[in-house]
Amino acid sequence: MTAASPPEVLRAPLVVEFPFTRSLGPVQSAFLTGLREGVVLGVRTSDGRVMVPPAEYDPVTAEEIRELVEVAPTGTVTTWAWNGEPRPQQPLGTPFAWVLVRLDGADTAILHALDAPGPDAVSTGMRVRVRWAAERTGAITDIACFEPCEGRERGSARPHDGVFADPVTGIVAEARLDYTYSPGRAQTAYINALSERRTVGERCPSCHKVYVPPRGACPTCGVATTDRVEVGPAGTVTTFCIVNIKARNLDIEVPYVYAHIALDGAGLALHGRIGGIPYDQVRMGLRVEPVWTDGGRYPDHYRPTGEPDADYDAYKELL
Amino acid sequence: MRTRYAREVAVVAFAQSDHQRRTDELSEVEMVMPVLHQVLAATGLKAGEIGFTCSGSSDYLAGRAFSFTMTLDGVGAWPPISESHVETDGAWALYEAWVKIQTGEADTALVYSYGKSSPGSVRDVLTRQLDPYYLAPLWPDSVALAALQAQALIDAGETDEQALAAIGARSRTAAGSNPHAQLSGPVPQGGYQVRPLRTGDCPPIGDGAAAVVLAAGDTARRLCERPAWITGIDHRIEAHGLGLRDLTDSLSTRTAAEHAGLFDAPVDTAELHAPFSSQEVVLRKALGLGDAVAVNPSGGALAANPMMAAGLIRIGEAAARIHRGESRRAVAHATSGPCLQQNLVAVLEGDPS
Ligand SMILES: [Zn+2]
Repeated sequence: MTAASPPEVLRAPLVVEFPFTRSLGPVQSAFLTGLREGVVLGVRTSDGRVMVPPAEYDPVTAEEIRELVEVAPTGTVTTWAWNGEPRPQQPLGTPFAWVLVRLDGADTAILHALDAPGPDAVSTGMRVRVRWAAERTGAITDIACFEPCEGRERGSARPHDGVFADPVTGIVAEARLDYTYSPGRAQTAYINALSERRTVGERCPSCHKVYVPPRGACPTCGVATTDRVEVGPAGTVTTFCIVNIKARNLDIEVPYVYAHIALDGAGLALHGRIGGIPYDQVRMGLRVEPVWTDGGRYPDHYRPTGEPDADYDAYKELL
Repeated sequence: MRTRYAREVAVVAFAQSDHQRRTDELSEVEMVMPVLHQVLAATGLKAGEIGFTCSGSSDYLAGRAFSFTMTLDGVGAWPPISESHVETDGAWALYEAWVKIQTGEADTALVYSYGKSSPGSVRDVLTRQLDPYYLAPLWPDSVALAALQAQALIDAGETDEQALAAIGARSRTAAGSNPHAQLSGPVPQGGYQVRPLRTGDCPPIGDGAAAVVLAAGDTARRLCERPAWITGIDHRIEAHGLGLRDLTDSLSTRTAAEHAGLFDAPVDTAELHAPFSSQEVVLRKALGLGDAVAVNPSGGALAANPMMAAGLIRIGEAAARIHRGESRRAVAHATSGPCLQQNLVAVLEGDPS
């Protein structure tokens, strides 16, 4: 490779999905249950203002607030922004306006989407009303969006006991984020070598320790490790444990041995399963070699080489 | 020099990467390490001589848990060091390090932060920092929320689209003298991202890292010819709900500035973390900055906005101007959260010449 050629870096899709289950306090529960029932609730703050959407604590005094009120499903836009290219998962698939809306009877504004034909049809101060979702479950998305409407501000907040049959007590906050993962230069070299059934590490130019797998830096010296070194294939068991619990989706009979293995030439041990020997005969100092399965991208397990055990002094620094 | 705090603490060195749209060939530690070496070399300190290390980054950018541990190899974390991490911009890591030095537990600190936005879609990723009950399920992205703020400013008569475009153009022109900037010189204002914000009003998306060394008292004088003394630092937060706040002002920035002593004397330089042109309008008002102040002579976040590092870079850029003798008293600002929700203000001063 010449200095000018760009390094070949591995890339792969990486998806992170997390369905967090979150519980609701009494005020949020009443608000989201209300949305399911087609009622918008707010809460009165200690200075007498009506907050929609409601919180359980006063934003100014941090006092607990519980006094629920019902406000109108109509309101006034306090600011807006035209979203010409909706992103996946946003409330509307066609161009729409993000709006902050102060509902009639409320003193604060709620964020949502406004369905409008174009930016010329949107302005601060315009009147809008809630468009309810066809199917409602007790979530902010029970408001499908807002839509323009006519008419002056109507009504003030009315007391509401916040009591509904079958209240919503929690939500599942689902999210999915898509990434393209790239492991960088050092780990790319390691993974590429594994595909040829070789193990490469990197040597620290300062302390000369060989890191396997390499991450590009020596944590002791804090310098880049650029000198590539092939290690193994055989190695020595430095320490081990006996696993007695069967992991889900893992087709390995228990008990089995999981070990730290110092490959010959490596400055630290990596870990792997030991096979080809009864679990109770595995010992520190046992000499082992990798066993590859067809299409395997890393050694399936390590088995004894049959060599005499390594002397303790030969691996005690790698424990 | 007078200080209201127990100890005098200064920024004695600053380094940053060349910010780029993508850095696929580099892992996080490979991206951070050259910056760490550079900042340490500027002081002559070795990694093992640093009293406290603190970093800032975000798992959501990396798409994996405990992602900050990936860069610890770059600071020489063996044998064990005194270390901490904040899951936000490195400006807050600097605050933690400053507190550590104030307590007398350290005389020097290494602060670094980094972010790679290129692996994911940063506009979508940032929606995950929003309230999970009322906001996150709607996926309002960072540009959309800033656009709501920009429209509120326009409605209030505090700016217009032309004035916003001029802020972007001025920033990118200033970045012409900043070799680390991702964007510099004339850039087309472009179409609407989310109206009223156009491409030119929004920050570039990119990868980058920054590092700062802090030192106390005589140690700072020994390590740096012209230390940038932190004579005041404070950070404040306000309500998460956008509908509860006056989006045309930043009370938290003003309060932090008061507590940092900004208004005690004039400043000549301001490094503001304003990722959107409209946010510079809000911050200038909150900090009372007049036309005599050089605002974002580095180009600011409109020229390079590596997530989690851009705020620390503002402190570093302000300090570097004092190191070079180009500033006597400067203010640096960092932000996090939607529409300037959290704000940190630091006042930096050079010794009188
Ligand atoms: Zn080393």
